[in-house]
Amino acid sequence: MVTYAQRRVTGIQDLERRLNEAGYPIGQRLLPLLLYRSSTPTHPTPRPTRILPLLQFIAHPLWRHLFARSADSIESSSTNPHEYMIVDNEPFVNQYISVPKEMNQLNCAAFVAGIVEGVGCAVGLQCQVSAHNAGEGDAMWPGKTVFLIRFEEGVVQREGTK
Amino acid sequence: MSYYFCIVGTQDQPLFELEFGTSKQGGDGIARFSQEARHMNPFIVHSSLDFVDELQWTNNQMYLKRVDQFASSHISTFLTPTSTRFMLLHLPHPPNTPPQSTPSPNSFPPFTPYTSTPPSTTTASRSSSSSSTSIPNNPTSPQTEEAIRAFFGEVFEVWMKAIMSPFASVEGKLGSLVFKQRVVAAGRKYL
Repeated sequence: MVTYAQRRVTGIQDLERRLNEAGYPIGQRLLPLLLYRSSTPTHPTPRPTRILPLLQFIAHPLWRHLFARSADSIESSSTNPHEYMIVDNEPFVNQYISVPKEMNQLNCAAFVAGIVEGVGCAVGLQCQVSAHNAGEGDAMWPGKTVFLIRFEEGVVQREGTK
Repeated sequence: MSYYFCIVGTQDQPLFELEFGTSKQGGDGIARFSQEARHMNPFIVHSSLDFVDELQWTNNQMYLKRVDQFASSHISTFLTPTSTRFMLLHLPHPPNTPPQSTPSPNSFPPFTPYTSTPPSTTTASRSSSSSSTSIPNNPTSPQTEEAIRAFFGEVFEVWMKAIMSPFASVEGKLGSLVFKQRVVAAGRKYL
């Protein structure tokens, strides 16, 4: 799939954007599917309407469905109230992808970021999600990846008014 | 009761429309909207989308129950997690009423639940099929609410199966004949 996305791309950003777009529709579909599966006729699972339930949904049920384990942590940015981070110490998608040295900026977990973005946008909390390498200098988890979720202005405002 | 069911996408575009009547109490499953009402239904549903948009952020359930009422039409809504809206307009009325004249814009008739006895053809079959599953003509009753919830639950399942296809778009029109048949079947089963 990475090879497919790599065709006719101009740079790493372009490649990551393509991977992201490939993940987006998956997120859109996984959201209703997982909510449907987890609900019973008498107790339907509520829709995540706010940022925190959404992040919890992504980090636990969604991650468990995709990778059979929860994400390692959820963090909120201390400098920017629009930004939240989901940390995965060893993304499954990167496990068997060896990135060439000259492309060390590339993180193929951009695909997973696309899935997360699809979930966020489908629920109505518009956001942009990108994957970043954070494993440099980390002896224990060299493949640590941070998914940076940047919500749009209106979403955070609505959160504040309630 | 006559029903008008519509699936509305996130950009407020209609994806699927269906008119049907009640199959309970000896109903034949055919909608009996007057000619004017048939034209008005999409507008009524569209106007209640604003209420849904407001409720979307305060109510985290999928089934939003009755959201709006226009003259004697009631609108129930089910909101999928992807903000696609299932709108069901239900209009209680005697099965054989003649088409009503259009009311003037400023004087919509007040809502009065239908209480008069239905014509003899319906009463005959009603007495035979009257059971706990029958939906009273009163659209605000809890039984109606539960029946609509069951209907929406079934449609949600069918809708999800349609959406899961990698070739279908979440925002695309639902033109599949099988999908329509399943929705009709759900309507016949619960409403």
